[in-house]
Amino acid sequence: MPVVSMTVNGKPASADVEARTLLVQFIREQLGLTGTHVGCDTSQCGACVVHVDGRAVKSCTMLAAQAEGAEVLTIEGLAKNGELHPVQAAFREHHGLQCGFCTPGMIMTAIDMIRRNPGLDEETVREELEGNICRCTGYHNIVKAILAASQEMR
Amino acid sequence: MYQFNYERPKTLADAEALLGKADDPKILAGGQTLIPTLKQRLAMPSDVIDIGGIKDLDFIRAEGDAIMIGAATRHATVAQSADVKKHNPALAALAGGIGDPAVRHMGTIGGSIANNDPAADYPAACLGLDAKIHTTKRLIEADEFFKGMFETALQDGEIIKEVTFPHPEKAAYMKFRNPASRYAMVGVFVSRGPWGVRVAVTGAGQNGVFRVNDMEEALSKNWSPEAVAGIKVPATGLNSDLHGSAEYRAHLVTVMAKRAVAAAG
Amino acid sequence: MSDAASGEGIGQPVRRKEDYRFITGNGHYTDDINRPRQTFAYFLRSPHAHARIKSIDTSAAEAAPGVVAVFTGKHVANDGIGGLICGWTVTSKDGTPMKVGPHPILALDTVRYVGDHVAMVVAETLADARAAAELIEVDYEALPATVSLSSCQDGKAPQVHAEAPRNTCFEWELGNKAETEAAFAKADRVVKLDLKNNRLIPNAMEPRAAIGEFDKGTGIYTLHTTSQNPHVARLVLSAFVGVAPEHKLRVIAPDVGGGFGSKIFIYAEETACVWAAAKVGRPIKWTADRSEAFLSDAHGRDHLSHAELALDKDGRFLGLRVKTIANLGAYLSTFSAAVPTYLYGTLLSGQYDLPAIHVEVDGVYTHTAPVDAYRGAGRPEATYLIERIVETAARETGIDPAEIRRRNYVKTFPHQTPVIMNYDAGDYAASLDAALDAIDYKGFPARKAEAARRGMLRGIGFSSYIEACGLAPSAAVGSLGAGVGLWESAEVRVNPTGNIEVLTGSHSHGQGHETTFAQLVASRLGVPLANVEIVHGDTDKVQFGMGTYGSRSGAVGMSAIAKALDKIEAKAKKIAAHLMEAAVEDIVFENGVFTVQGTDKSLAWAELSLAAYTAHGFPSADIEPGLKEGAFYDPTNFTFPAGCHICEVEIDPDTGIVKIAKFVAVDDFGTVINPMIVEGQVHGGIAQGIGQALLEHGVYDADSGQLVTGSYMDYCMPRADDLPSFTLGFTKTECPSNPLGMKGCGEAGAIASPPAVINAVTDALGIREIEMPATPARIWEAAQAATSRAAAE
Repeated sequence: MPVVSMTVNGKPASADVEARTLLVQFIREQLGLTGTHVGCDTSQCGACVVHVDGRAVKSCTMLAAQAEGAEVLTIEGLAKNGELHPVQAAFREHHGLQCGFCTPGMIMTAIDMIRRNPGLDEETVREELEGNICRCTGYHNIVKAILAASQEMR
Repeated sequence: MYQFNYERPKTLADAEALLGKADDPKILAGGQTLIPTLKQRLAMPSDVIDIGGIKDLDFIRAEGDAIMIGAATRHATVAQSADVKKHNPALAALAGGIGDPAVRHMGTIGGSIANNDPAADYPAACLGLDAKIHTTKRLIEADEFFKGMFETALQDGEIIKEVTFPHPEKAAYMKFRNPASRYAMVGVFVSRGPWGVRVAVTGAGQNGVFRVNDMEEALSKNWSPEAVAGIKVPATGLNSDLHGSAEYRAHLVTVMAKRAVAAAG
Repeated sequence: MSDAASGEGIGQPVRRKEDYRFITGNGHYTDDINRPRQTFAYFLRSPHAHARIKSIDTSAAEAAPGVVAVFTGKHVANDGIGGLICGWTVTSKDGTPMKVGPHPILALDTVRYVGDHVAMVVAETLADARAAAELIEVDYEALPATVSLSSCQDGKAPQVHAEAPRNTCFEWELGNKAETEAAFAKADRVVKLDLKNNRLIPNAMEPRAAIGEFDKGTGIYTLHTTSQNPHVARLVLSAFVGVAPEHKLRVIAPDVGGGFGSKIFIYAEETACVWAAAKVGRPIKWTADRSEAFLSDAHGRDHLSHAELALDKDGRFLGLRVKTIANLGAYLSTFSAAVPTYLYGTLLSGQYDLPAIHVEVDGVYTHTAPVDAYRGAGRPEATYLIERIVETAARETGIDPAEIRRRNYVKTFPHQTPVIMNYDAGDYAASLDAALDAIDYKGFPARKAEAARRGMLRGIGFSSYIEACGLAPSAAVGSLGAGVGLWESAEVRVNPTGNIEVLTGSHSHGQGHETTFAQLVASRLGVPLANVEIVHGDTDKVQFGMGTYGSRSGAVGMSAIAKALDKIEAKAKKIAAHLMEAAVEDIVFENGVFTVQGTDKSLAWAELSLAAYTAHGFPSADIEPGLKEGAFYDPTNFTFPAGCHICEVEIDPDTGIVKIAKFVAVDDFGTVINPMIVEGQVHGGIAQGIGQALLEHGVYDADSGQLVTGSYMDYCMPRADDLPSFTLGFTKTECPSNPLGMKGCGEAGAIASPPAVINAVTDALGIREIEMPATPARIWEAAQAATSRAAAE
């Protein structure tokens, strides 16, 4: 079995895994970082979004081997010294989550979206969320949280 | 997923060599279609050759009156490229509308056209812009490349290296998304350039992307939305499913063509 | 009150206590849990909608790498494990009980829907289990399937169960037939409407999962599972299925990623995992992938109805008659029989003074996945029917849709409807008025004209909904066929240091109970919110409880807590009286401090809590040590949340795309503990309702019975860009039947919104009817038909 090595949340991570191992399996099963979730099998729900080399990707649609040598950031790596990332804080402040299952993917997508879009507006946020499905919130407060965080992070 | 061997060559030559050795290989570029297919156990390749790490395949160059895009260039890169936005904004917009942001960070132009999903966007751009597809073996005109649903002119062991898009004078792409999958249910690419006028339709046809000659002729005479407003493509040969009948799709081809011409200016 | 001033009390938008773990990736959902030596299960499912199993050969699978065991229905039956049950018995109008076919955990000789469970492979890894399942050879004799609701009872359709001739499980009725006939006989106008309520697939974002375990030493089974009601799961698994005795089975529902009804039910997979764990002597984990969830989660809705409304010359409603065929799927699920009957027929009076109602419902079997409660459960179907026919009546009489509703509202309370329910409080005109203001109803014609100038069709649609929540008075549901009582339980434990644990039988899977329940406790006892912990979801920790569904956790679950808090306060006062040497009647408890009236003697909460446990010098005859009280609260009536939703749409006639231009919801939920959380519940409900109206449809192929919409590629989930931001408003009439005045808010959005959307769509298109979901293709076809009709006229 090939050895796959990468940096996850700033720490080196390495494991012998089958070639068919998905990045999300590597993260959840090998590293025990279970904040990244799997909500579908057609690459549409976005519960599994993590950052690879600074860009949001669906970790269920990527082999762990494709991330060889990469810098991976998961939801667990966001808060620094107990201080929430502004997007995490905004999700709590604006009640952008209910059951919490889609939330890690939503937050990782939101951070990436804010990075790429200075001056976000509601329409853009809604379009950018195309690859993230939430069943609880009707997106109303997720949109609100992302807009507030983007203001905060300016 | 079934088991497979995984290789991540650094050069195109290595990739070709690995392809030659393997029993039943699949090329993985961004994986945004291949990996879902593997997960559903719909394919059982012996080897997966990941060309995503080949630096020489990841580039965008504007040279003369064309833009060259390396096969492993991600959709997001194309969408954000200053050169593409300047010379071919319709192409940038099309790339920026494929899938969702996370998919655009991984998916590649080469993977998209090699797969030739009948609902993919890039085939419409290739056909609609008279693109040239350069492979490890030859140059293939877009008109010759797309052979039907999930079928292309590519032979075993042949790898797409780059796609050349001549600059259009005017171009635009309008897509009607399938409400569920968000793939193109009908996508129409219109252009005017040195090649004349092209109208390419993706999503609607049972055999993948196709051109609409009647619309091209009408637009050649009169480049305006009104010129195509009255032209209907036949519903025969179009997809029909719970998301819409062939007649509906035929109607949408006209609507999207009209809107694309309007957007192209 | 100090707590209100500090922003933590009742009515305050307190930020949620549970959020920290979810936003940092530290939640514990079932699939996040791994047990030592665990194995993995994969279920082989039927590829046929209907087939006879001639034989199953598992030998190759058993020999495959990593396989621990392979089980089929025979193994289950040999162990004396029973089938799954329906906990509600509906009686047909001829007095006979509903006709129930067996529902085995793993199929015995017949499979009855695509996805039905055929075999279970247990292996070292999921990949091994899945690969081995492909080696199981099942010899099926494929049989024709019954899919269509309209023809399943025709006597020619293939039988789903031998026990149920004409595929009819029950023929139920409610109301007064003779009075209704009389009302129609004297009517000036009768409005008729045929309606389909589309099948929905719940799609909680966390797929179902289970880990079964068995401790050989103690004989105790443990099941971690994605459940909205772990105690009910334990009761069913022990008393009816017979997996383990109740006291030897622990069910834990940890963080659960949404339910919407679909995780109320007891399914084959978790049953098989817990049963087989003892057989293999190792924990067994199973997690559905989304495709399995589509096939095997209980679906929702799926009604075919004909409705007639009788009116007098002034547009007053005289009577309603309804005939509905309700799809139950291939097997009865845990509560499925109750949904199209007692949760549906009883709400057909809507907000209206409707003197005569008669409803007939046939519950039918088809070769499709079981259908059971999905957010709203019966009440959305009732609301859709009544609000569509009322809107149609408005159009046919030429009376403004707001006015026809206002004219017919129930205006005095209590109000006894002809269909069981006794409405206790409400002000329907108030929510209508607020909604009319919020949408700027007067400005609608101008907006419509402006849209027309842009080539867009603008329409407006109303929905005045009512629901019966706070499920439910045990005596009432018992008399209607329920196998359980629907009370709730609570235990309040005050620790010696003064902080508090509340054990509740409710289960939180997104509703925010850890915050709202704590708000109630903190507010009542005058302690900081941070000192209150809400404990739920573990049968070893929490006393028996009925769980969370039917918008019941506030009205019933919190009422149980309130009742326990009354007892805590009473005992605490007794202790305070003893410690301060005063009479109990003289003790005042306010803001967490006990004082003796008219003196400067006082005792802080923490002092009293410690004293309760040191118990020094307690008169043992009068005061027991400790401060812990439990309560069971059985509601005396249903609660009746109600309100008015108005939707404005714009339709692009060229593409058929509907854009929700504005959506206004004004709701009366009685007392609101946390408005932020309540608004969130409404947002989510509306989104699901808009999903039903415009996007979502569970479709089976009419011939093969294959699920056509088996993934997000074809089942259209609402996404952010399908929806607008919503405009919410609230009116308030307190619920008189529970101590807190709460009515419930979890389902309102999903109940109210579909008819508002469809009324707006049909208004925009100038048509009478369109089927849900009103997809672009359907809208375009309807617009085409309307245009050609207009041309012909």
